[in-house]
Amino acid sequence: MSTPKIRFENAGKVFRARGATVTALRDINLDVRAGEFLVLVGPSGCGKSTLLDLLGGLATPSSGRILVDGRPVTGPGLDRGVVFQQYVLLPWRTALGNVQFGLEAKHVPRRERAARAREYLDLVGLSGFHDRYPHELSGGMKQRVAIARSLAFDPDVLLMDEPFAALDAQTRDGLQDELLRIWEQTGKTVVFITHGIEEAVYLGQRVAVMTSRPGRIKQVVPVPITARSATEDLRSDPEFARYRHEIWTLLRDEVRQARREELGLNEKENARV
Amino acid sequence: MSSLIESRPAPAAVARTAPVVAYPVIRGFLRGAGAVATRVVAVAALAAVWEIFPRLGLVDATFLPPLSDVLAAWWQLVQSGELIEHARASLGRSLAGFGLAVAAAIPLGLLIGWYKPLATLLTPLLELFRNTAALALLPVFVLVLGLGETSKVAIICYACSWPILLNTVSGVRTVDPLLIKSARSLGLGPLRLFQKVVLPAAVPTIFTGIRLAGAYSILILIAAEMVGAKAGLGYLINYAQYNFAVPDMYAGIITISAIGLVVNQVLILTERRFSTWRTTS
Repeated sequence: MSTPKIRFENAGKVFRARGATVTALRDINLDVRAGEFLVLVGPSGCGKSTLLDLLGGLATPSSGRILVDGRPVTGPGLDRGVVFQQYVLLPWRTALGNVQFGLEAKHVPRRERAARAREYLDLVGLSGFHDRYPHELSGGMKQRVAIARSLAFDPDVLLMDEPFAALDAQTRDGLQDELLRIWEQTGKTVVFITHGIEEAVYLGQRVAVMTSRPGRIKQVVPVPITARSATEDLRSDPEFARYRHEIWTLLRDEVRQARREELGLNEKENARV
Repeated sequence: MSSLIESRPAPAAVARTAPVVAYPVIRGFLRGAGAVATRVVAVAALAAVWEIFPRLGLVDATFLPPLSDVLAAWWQLVQSGELIEHARASLGRSLAGFGLAVAAAIPLGLLIGWYKPLATLLTPLLELFRNTAALALLPVFVLVLGLGETSKVAIICYACSWPILLNTVSGVRTVDPLLIKSARSLGLGPLRLFQKVVLPAAVPTIFTGIRLAGAYSILILIAAEMVGAKAGLGYLINYAQYNFAVPDMYAGIITISAIGLVVNQVLILTERRFSTWRTTS
């Protein structure tokens, strides 16, 4: 087998806060193939976002290592684009300006920047909104801009940290379909974090279920549903229900465990979770 | 009803619809006028009291001459060119002090906001000076820099620096950490991160500081000019009081408050221009 696009090798992360040490992640081993859509699902506070920060180069692992294309991650890079849960757009720039921001970081020539930004805004379905400021856009539109920004500088890997969690259900369903379409169209490797089981099954070719803290990979469930975007109502498919149930069962114990821990912790910790 | 209107000749139809169109226009005008009226009413009341009370003998007209007398004195001062001369001297000092403060405090604030060690080092000092009234230091400035222009410009510059400095520091410090995180994920180095994210994000806060400094530059100016000046509105006010030219004194006071209002308005408009993205969020 060829080298995986992304490889976690015994990756772990320990935080030290006010004397106490918290193990956020332990012994993460996971391979992601090039062009694969992998979803990470786990109970809240299990270290999903920490895992993504490690992969994005925004934090360094306490143990083990993370390889992208066989090379260890040493910091942020334009080979990986991150889409965060909150729509982090520069409020003083228009949609177009925000997409260009990533291209400026990549030193794309000025003339080319505008053209490429337009192209990607069109790709995410924001044709008429190039000159709008973030405060003039809805939540869903803002997240589309964020996705366009991450796609425009053409990273191989798209890292998405619960990008649709703050959206209403209908907008979310729409954006999930859009994301699948864009993924099929661009062939990016996607690592997508969620706490929603349905979202995981709907999007992921494989779903990695994480344990409660310290976060480990409990099991990786392949979801071999082909041609998702072509299926009319995938969510009511019996296959879909079977996978949903399988992952739900895997998660149930972890969610319980996480809740028990959460209740046992002091208020400060609760606020963090 | 609609068929009735249709069957009528055109002018009648126009006549029927015209009031419908005109009504909101009139109402809008009235509402606009009402808004202006409520804004003006308090000032008008003050002017009326100022005019009537001295005339009725309710207050001593020697110490508070009627407004019309004050305005006549003001006009006299304008015509003689005296007022323009004093205003020019005052504005020159204010502008110089304010400009120097902007030029010095913004870069310093950016440095303190961005480099943590510098902030830890300077914060106690800043706290100490911030809580010392600028005017308490005026004698020190006069002592060190003399009675001339230098000490006046210096004290204005000093007083104006604080709001700008403190707002710049907090503007840089309070940039949304998520914005910084997302920019870092794009691989931006510290310098470009500062230039492309931190600085633009801090602009509205910095401008609030600049606006406050604008107000300070006028407030401190007058006090500074009351000590050993030979021109300026503060000097005029003080000098007029000594010579018992009470209407002239009030004319000076009116002029200074008008200048203060204009300066503040100009700065508010500038501030709005630079932070449109923040006003409607």
